[in-house]
Amino acid sequence: MDSDLSPQDKKDLDKFIKFFALKTVQVIVQARLGEKICTRSSSSPTGSDWFNLAIKDIPEVTHEAKKALAGQLPGIGRSMCVEISLKTSEGDSMELETWCLEMNEKCDKDIKVSYTVYNRLSVLLKSLLAITRVTPAYKLSRKQGHDYVILYRIYFGEVQLNGLGEGFQTVRVGVVGTPVGTVTLSCAYRTNLAFMSNRQFERSAPIMGIIVDHFVDPPCGVQRPANVGHPCNYRAPDEDDGGLFAGVQDSQEVCTTSFSTSPPSQLYTSRLNYHPPALAGAADLSHPAANPNQVLHAGKEGGVVLVPAHPHAADAHLTAEHPPNTPGSSGDDDGMSQSGEGRSVSPSDPVESLNAFTRKIGAFVNKPTTQMTAANLDLPFAAFAPRGLDSEENDPMVQPPDSPACPSPLQASLHSQGSESSGQQDDFVMVDFRPAFSKDDLLPMDLGTFYREFQNPPQLASLSLHISSQSMADDLDSLPEKLALYEKNIDEFDAFVDMLQ
Amino acid sequence: MNCRSEVLEVTVEARQVEEAMLALLHTILLHRSTGKFHYKKEGTYSIGTVGTMDIDCDFIDFSFVRVSSEELDRVIRRAVSEFKDALGNSGSDGMGQISLEFYQKKKSRWPFSDECIPWEVWSIKVNVVNLANEQERQICREKVGEKLGEKVINVVEVINRHEYLPKMPTQSEVDNVFDTSLKDVQPYLYKITYQITDSLGTSVSTTMRRLIKDTLAL
Repeated sequence: MDSDLSPQDKKDLDKFIKFFALKTVQVIVQARLGEKICTRSSSSPTGSDWFNLAIKDIPEVTHEAKKALAGQLPGIGRSMCVEISLKTSEGDSMELETWCLEMNEKCDKDIKVSYTVYNRLSVLLKSLLAITRVTPAYKLSRKQGHDYVILYRIYFGEVQLNGLGEGFQTVRVGVVGTPVGTVTLSCAYRTNLAFMSNRQFERSAPIMGIIVDHFVDPPCGVQRPANVGHPCNYRAPDEDDGGLFAGVQDSQEVCTTSFSTSPPSQLYTSRLNYHPPALAGAADLSHPAANPNQVLHAGKEGGVVLVPAHPHAADAHLTAEHPPNTPGSSGDDDGMSQSGEGRSVSPSDPVESLNAFTRKIGAFVNKPTTQMTAANLDLPFAAFAPRGLDSEENDPMVQPPDSPACPSPLQASLHSQGSESSGQQDDFVMVDFRPAFSKDDLLPMDLGTFYREFQNPPQLASLSLHISSQSMADDLDSLPEKLALYEKNIDEFDAFVDMLQ
Repeated sequence: MNCRSEVLEVTVEARQVEEAMLALLHTILLHRSTGKFHYKKEGTYSIGTVGTMDIDCDFIDFSFVRVSSEELDRVIRRAVSEFKDALGNSGSDGMGQISLEFYQKKKSRWPFSDECIPWEVWSIKVNVVNLANEQERQICREKVGEKLGEKVINVVEVINRHEYLPKMPTQSEVDNVFDTSLKDVQPYLYKITYQITDSLGTSVSTTMRRLIKDTLAL
């Protein structure tokens, strides 16, 4: 297969595929940063814009991609994948989409590498730009911030789509045939976002407060503002140059900018120019990375919306997933679901803390089940039944057995608070009631006071027992007469029903 | 050589027409534009860089990517604006079609004028609807956004078939293939035309107009 390809073409092709892979990752990750991307067109070629497209290189992303590739290229059976997932402030995470750059065996021997393949890869990158704005994760990423952030993970090897849930959709971005195989770029995205709809996104502290503790042991001596969660822990500790990544050796290689209009036989006159790491090229890299942390900030209320998905004890985890020479190895299920450590606050904690200060009695009291009375076990909602079943003192719904040490005003109010009717309404009185949208102590009658005062209105006369039973008896007596009347007028009723249909 | 023809159909509210057309036309032009060519000696040329920018629609739940070229954007906006006005004037339930045609010029001898040979035509059929209340408009906003997403996927699918593209021209021929009038990018030669069908469905175009984009106007 390779015998048909000249060494120079093979070299060019490998370079094209490598930089195509790197640019693909940049496009995908930048599209999920949560902000609008804008780059300038330039009529003069700079020599550093691969595929004639202005795509910025975020150094951390390039570094991650190169780490994942580990010197290899996407090939047959070796796909490069970028996984995009969402992580909520509560620690739940969900995979949203997986972008796959694959190579299959179908070769196009006749295609011109340095011209046609290059241009088609350029078109494919443009298609990727367009498609990344179309999948559902784009809208989610634009809204990320306090409630959730979008994370990415790059892995190399076999594609894993298990985390996308059932019914995931696939969209093919495009294919480019080359003499060594066909490059395919596609995206599989989750359609079942049910997890999202069930969650109440409460206003909480910015998620970066959790993520900073969660992922990273902050490097010593590095001053970092509180809202920066981006770990950067893949940098060697002694490297504190603030910008350039030493590992980026060949990024300054200049891409093909010269093409020939000569007849096909002379097409190979254009060649890549290799320059030593030029200052200009380096400057390009370092400028956006003057503070690499800030590159990733998407300006959503200061939250870092995109961090490399490093799990706790990061490097080891990720590098263990990518041993360089094992095609079959791939990211396992991994760094994304931080089950144990993500839960910095257990679900019952807020309830516990709430119970310490207020005794919400009624349906949501937190009490041991052994103290439930027989009445409660036999009947559903038996505690709401009239007081005849249980005396108030023994009813656990009224007096929860595990009352906290601090005296609650509720104790006093339960017995003294008068309502004309039975005390069943007292079961649901809440202390320290803070109604929404109300101001405290500013008005003589605020919303909470109003609510409490008028919470126990007298019963309607028509609903009181003796009157209702009397009317029931009357109704029963008059029933035969009414039935006779209705039967007499049955034709009218039928006509009415017909009219309605 | 056969001209490739693709048809896209969208149903939108009147106020969404402009953004929907811009989204689709710019998506197509993104793929059909290159950087500026700079010819050097020995028949080689270099290509400039194309920048891109994200555009959020106001009336549609949708974002798209276009080429970073204000000149090109102005030209497209002008054409879309004329189309939108024509649709609006045609009646409340207008239908119309805007076409983006890529062509090559073939020089002819005098007295014959140059021939314009289309090699790809994109036709976007537009159906304008009127909605009764705000809730319907909100639903329409999202639905049209989804539909446009599907259309973008269609466009990308067609383009990535890598079917016929004009050969890269020599310096003397470049104006027969590309529109070299813009400062920063170089789309293939194109023209935008539109036709309006009035609400009675009676035929085509009492209002056929051409908006010609030639570098050499004869």
